[in-house]
Amino acid sequence: MSEIFKGMKPSRRNFLKGAAASGAALVGGTNAAKAAGDPAILEKQPWAQFLGAGVDEAPYGVPSKFEAHVRRQNVPWLTADPVSSINFTPLHELDGIITPNGLCFERHHAGVAEVDPSAYRLMINGLVDRPLVFTMQDLMRFPRENHVYFLECAANTGMEWAGAQLNGCQFTHGMIHNVMYTGIPLRLILQEAGVKTAGKWLLPEGADASGMTRSIPMEKAMDDCLVAFKMNGEALRPEQGYPVRLVVPGWEGNMWVKWLRRIEVGDQPWHHREETSKYTDLLANGQARRFTWEMDAKSVITSPSPQMPITHGPGPVVMTGVAWSGRGTIPRVDVTIDGGMNWHEARISGPSLNKSMHRFYYEFDWDGKPLLLQSRAHDSTGYVQPTKEQLRSVRGENSIYHNNGIQTWAVDAEGVAENVEIS
Amino acid sequence: MSRSLKFLAPISAAIIIAAPVLAQQTLGLGRDALPDEIAAWDIDIRPDGLGLPAGSGDVWTGEEVFVDKCASCHGDFGEGTGRWPVLAGGVGTLSNADPVKTIGSYWPYLSTVYDYVNRAMPFGEAQSLEPDEIYAITAYLLYMNDLVDDDFTLSDENFLDVEMPNAGSFYMDDRAETELPIFAAVPCMENCKDSVEITMHASVLDVTPDVADEEEAVVEEATAEPAEAPTVALDPVLVAAGEGAFRQCKACHQLGEGATNRTGPVLNGMIGRPVGSVDGFRYSGVFQEAAQAGEVWTQESLAAFLADPRGTMSGTKMSFRGVRDAAEIEALIAYIQSFDG
Repeated sequence: MSEIFKGMKPSRRNFLKGAAASGAALVGGTNAAKAAGDPAILEKQPWAQFLGAGVDEAPYGVPSKFEAHVRRQNVPWLTADPVSSINFTPLHELDGIITPNGLCFERHHAGVAEVDPSAYRLMINGLVDRPLVFTMQDLMRFPRENHVYFLECAANTGMEWAGAQLNGCQFTHGMIHNVMYTGIPLRLILQEAGVKTAGKWLLPEGADASGMTRSIPMEKAMDDCLVAFKMNGEALRPEQGYPVRLVVPGWEGNMWVKWLRRIEVGDQPWHHREETSKYTDLLANGQARRFTWEMDAKSVITSPSPQMPITHGPGPVVMTGVAWSGRGTIPRVDVTIDGGMNWHEARISGPSLNKSMHRFYYEFDWDGKPLLLQSRAHDSTGYVQPTKEQLRSVRGENSIYHNNGIQTWAVDAEGVAENVEIS
Repeated sequence: MSRSLKFLAPISAAIIIAAPVLAQQTLGLGRDALPDEIAAWDIDIRPDGLGLPAGSGDVWTGEEVFVDKCASCHGDFGEGTGRWPVLAGGVGTLSNADPVKTIGSYWPYLSTVYDYVNRAMPFGEAQSLEPDEIYAITAYLLYMNDLVDDDFTLSDENFLDVEMPNAGSFYMDDRAETELPIFAAVPCMENCKDSVEITMHASVLDVTPDVADEEEAVVEEATAEPAEAPTVALDPVLVAAGEGAFRQCKACHQLGEGATNRTGPVLNGMIGRPVGSVDGFRYSGVFQEAAQAGEVWTQESLAAFLADPRGTMSGTKMSFRGVRDAAEIEALIAYIQSFDG
C-alpha cells in the first residue's frame, strides 16, 4: 500500500474529498448522473437488449470501433515520401509493456516488401566453411527461443535536439515498440555454416528494394541476436519484416534488418550507407561518432502527456510511463511533478526483463495547480538518464540520433499538457 | 542444450577431416549455396574495394545518366528537390548550426556510394543499373563535389585512389569513456533547485500533426465517396486490383483529392487529357514534343506506354521498367480512370 501511494496523501478522507471536488470537471455522462440518475444505467442500452455479432464475425479480430483513434501516425514534413518514411507508435494510448503488433511503428526505406514465404531463402556466405541456403521449413527445425525486447530507432526524439518541437509522446518518443519475439539464436545458424577464424563481422541484408545492410560485430551475433519469425505469438507483420527479421537486442533499430535474406561473414566492417551517411552522430566540432550501437537508458511519461491531458480535474491522478535501456534492465525510475525540485521513486509494475520496456506508475493527489512532469530512468549498469542540457553539453545539437534526454511535460490548471523545456 | 562453441573451433581448422564431426555438431539443415546463387545476391562493396566489378565511366556520361535517372529527386546538380537528399556541396558546414551532410562534405568512403547506388537506386527501380553506369554516376557525383575534374574517368582500377575529404572525421563510439562516467552520478532527490522556469514551448513552433483535422478529413473522404463516383462505369473489382498495382507507381505519382506533382505528374483525369499538360510539371523533351503535336492520352496510348515506357516515349524521365501483365495494365488504367473529373 505505501509503495503504491507513495507521494500521495493516502488518507481515505482526502481521497474522497478530491473525488467530490473534481465532480464538476468530470466528463459528460458521469456528470449528468449526479443530477437525475444516469441514463447509461436508467435507459436500456442496445447491447443489453439485442443480440450481438456471432463467432467468426471477424476471424482475425480487430479492436473495438471505439478505439479507432488509437493508431500509428506519420509526421508528413519529416521525410520526402511516405514510401521511405516513418510513423509513430501511439505510446500515450498503451499500457503494460507489450506493444500490439498493429501499432508497432514502421520505418521503411523502400516500402513494405511482400515476401512470399514459399519463395523465402536465407543465405549464409562469406568467410564460412560451407555457404548455405535455408528455406522457411529448414528454419522451423532449429531450436527456438522467446524473448521480449524493445526496438528503438536511433532517431527517436531526434527532432527535439534543438528544443521542444512536437506535442505528444507519440511523436517525441514513438519510434519504439516492445514485443515478444520467437526466433533462432543466430549463433546456431552460423554454426551450421561454420564461421572461419578470420570471420569477425556480419553483414545482414534485407530482401526489400532498399537492400538494407548493416555491419554487426561477431561477438554480438554470438551473444543474443535472433533470427525471428514470430512477434507476440503470430507471424511477423509484413511491415515488421515478414517472414523473417533480425533481432539485435538493445541496439539501434536500423540494425534489425527486416525481410532478412542474406548474412555475409567478413573480416572487417562494410561501412555501408546506413552506418556512414546515416546513423553516425555528428558532434558540435564537426567530428562524428560511428558504430554507436547501444541505446542509452531512457524514459517518458505517457500519461498525462500532450495527447493525454487530465480531463477529470483535481484529485487522484495516475501518472504512468515507460523506461528502457539497451544495456540491461531498469531497476528504478524517478519522477517529479514540480520540474525537478523534488523527485519520487516511481512504482514499476510488470516484468523487468533485460533490454525490454518497463512500465512505471506514480499515483498522486493533484491540487489543480500547474505541474512540470519528468521521469528519469536508472539502468542496471548504474547509468542515470541525463537531462537534455547534459546531453547537449557533450554532443551539441546536430547529432540527430541517440537523444535520450529527460522529457518535460507542462500541465496547466485545466489539465492540458504541453512539451516544454525548463531551466 | 549441450551444444558448445568449444567444439566448433577445431572443426573450422580441420575442414575435410572434420566432416563427420561436423555432422554430429550441427543439425545438417539447409543446403549448399551454389556459386551462381551467391554471385546473384552477394553484391556488397567494401572500402578496400572487395566486391567492385570490372568497369568504368566518365563524368560526362555520368551527367547524362544522372539527369536521366536521378535528377528528378536529387536535382540536376545534386541539390535535392523537396526533402530528397542533397548530394553535393556542404563542405565546411559540419560544425554549423545547419550542417549539410553530402557525399563530398560527409561520406567517409567512396565505396559506400557505389554500393548504395547499385543496391538501392534509382528509388523504385533498384538494381537496374549496369556497372559502367554506376561508375559514371559516381564519377559525376565526385565532379559535382569538386573532388575530380571534368575529364575524370572512374574505374575499378583507380577506385581506391580517390580519397574522401571527411574520412578522418569519424571515430569509434566513445560513450563508455566520455558519457557513462558523468551520467552515472547519484542524482539529487530533494530540494534540488530553488525555482524552475519554462524556457521553451513546443506550441510556439506548431509543427505537430493535427490529429483532429486528419480524422475529420478521413470522415469527409468517406462520406464524399458516393458523390465522387466516376461517370464511366468501371468494374469495381478491376479498380480494386488497380489500386493494389498502383503501389509501384505511388513513389512518384499521386491521385485523388489534394494530389500534387511529385517526381511524376498528378494523374487525376488523365484519360482524355493532352499529353504533357499538367501545370507546373517539368516534362522531358519527348513529352514536350508530344504536347506540341497535340497528342492526347487514351486508354490505348496509356496501355502502350505502361507496357514499355522507354520504348514508346524514348527519353522519358520516368525510370520505370514497365508492366508486363496486360491484365495489370487494364486494372491500372481503370484505377486511374476512377479519379477522372
